[in-house]
Amino acid sequence: MVPKLILITGRTIKQGEALHKGKDSDEYRQATGFVEMSRADRGRLAPQGWGERGAAQRVRVRTAFGEAELELREGNLPEGMIFVPMGPAANALIGSETRGTGMPDSKGLEAEVEPL
Amino acid sequence: MRIENVVCPFCGCLCDDIVVEVEDNRVTAVKKTCSSGRSLFLNAHTGAAHPTVDGKEVAWSEAMDTAARLLADSASPLIYGLSSTASEAQRKAIALADLLGASIDSTSSVCHGPTTIGIQSQGEPTCTLGEVKHRADLLIFWGCNPAEAHIRHFARYSVSARGKLTPQGRKDRTVVVVDVRPTRRSRNADIFLQLRPGCDYEVLTALRALLKGETLDVTEVGGVGVAQLADLVERMKSCRFGVIFFGMGVTQTGGKYLNITELLALVAELNDYTRFTTMAMRGHGNVAGADCTLTWQTGYPFAINFARGYPQYNPGEFTAVDMLARQEADAALIIASDPVAHFPRLAAQWLSQIPTIVLDPEANLTAREARVVLPTAIYGVSAVGTAYRMDNVPLPLKKVVDSPQPTDEQVLDWMIERVKA
Repeated sequence: MVPKLILITGRTIKQGEALHKGKDSDEYRQATGFVEMSRADRGRLAPQGWGERGAAQRVRVRTAFGEAELELREGNLPEGMIFVPMGPAANALIGSETRGTGMPDSKGLEAEVEPL
Repeated sequence: MRIENVVCPFCGCLCDDIVVEVEDNRVTAVKKTCSSGRSLFLNAHTGAAHPTVDGKEVAWSEAMDTAARLLADSASPLIYGLSSTASEAQRKAIALADLLGASIDSTSSVCHGPTTIGIQSQGEPTCTLGEVKHRADLLIFWGCNPAEAHIRHFARYSVSARGKLTPQGRKDRTVVVVDVRPTRRSRNADIFLQLRPGCDYEVLTALRALLKGETLDVTEVGGVGVAQLADLVERMKSCRFGVIFFGMGVTQTGGKYLNITELLALVAELNDYTRFTTMAMRGHGNVAGADCTLTWQTGYPFAINFARGYPQYNPGEFTAVDMLARQEADAALIIASDPVAHFPRLAAQWLSQIPTIVLDPEANLTAREARVVLPTAIYGVSAVGTAYRMDNVPLPLKKVVDSPQPTDEQVLDWMIERVKA
């Protein structure tokens, strides 16, 4: 288990392209169904290695508001930070409290990640 | 047929130099767009689509009757979306909200709503993207990622655009990226300041203090060395025309509108030294238009309620996420938006429990859960209309193919007639 990570969500090019192909398309599911993590955190998450090379690595991401099962990808992120593209998986992790602004906390949430 | 100078309606850049090839009423090729714009034009539906009620295809008159009845019978209806439709339709949606005593909110509330709240307390220095292209020699991208979300911004308006006073494009500009992580843009920036998440407010305050000539008794603020911040302040003071473009990295983190208030105060104070301005990187094609149209119709930009017969404004109360998560809306009309795909789960769940009517060209996730689905034409592809660029410049959207579908404006007109009857 990696210590508490900071989750940020946001747009990506692939998510922007895929949403025109339909939200039930495979492209959209793939474009929004992953979590990115730094190489160092990914290594810490599975000290024994990730098994078969090239196989999709699945993890469960959990926040105080919900959880999502996602494909793990290595991304150019600082240690301690994870990124999930905006979409149904990100929504499951974000709370609906807006602190009187209308805007949920879509960036900067504490999250845990465990391998599946 | 080749159609030139088409406006792409996808994002707040509203690139107006697109070339579209059309054969047999289908878009066969698109030139100059980014990949998102290309996907929008090439995947645009041009065939007929029927409205549905409870998943069954019905005639337009039946769908409209059902939709109007659901809204008229509701005690607290919510009208939401608006950012991917034309301002002509936004105006009709406001008229309908007024008639119903409904709440009306746009997708601004989950993107630059905090920006608007900040502007209301601090004021906003403005400029057009044309001024940026021709004059700006210092560009700061703070908490935004144009390489993923506003792909042609650099080439058309900012980093590498060649203008009258910036004839060498990129060489005539200093580019600074402020973000919590490295991005495609940060690798090509002259300066990259990597903040700790949630520290935007502290760093902006430190910049204001340094600008006032204060000495800071710390070595770093929010993960950035004070020497780097002092260097940035000197560059800001000595540039000819500076701009801070900012995005969700500032509005969606803790502090929200307070971050924006601090950013706007810094920019205002920089105008004691030079011309300095700022601009929100608006996401959807006409989200800026939603703010403008709501403001000139009601006096307020988002989070509006008509229950008392006049417009009241209150973010946190009449904003869509709050109204849905607190189960205060008992029916919803969603126009050109997909909150089931983009709202926090609690809010999205309530939306699937109340009667929902969707106006959208796409069968999106919200439409899948809706009682009534009204498929409409696509503004900028199969319907003309007006959209506002991120600098609040209105542009006329062209129609490149014919659509058998009515526009959002027509459908809202029919709905208004039925609610009145």
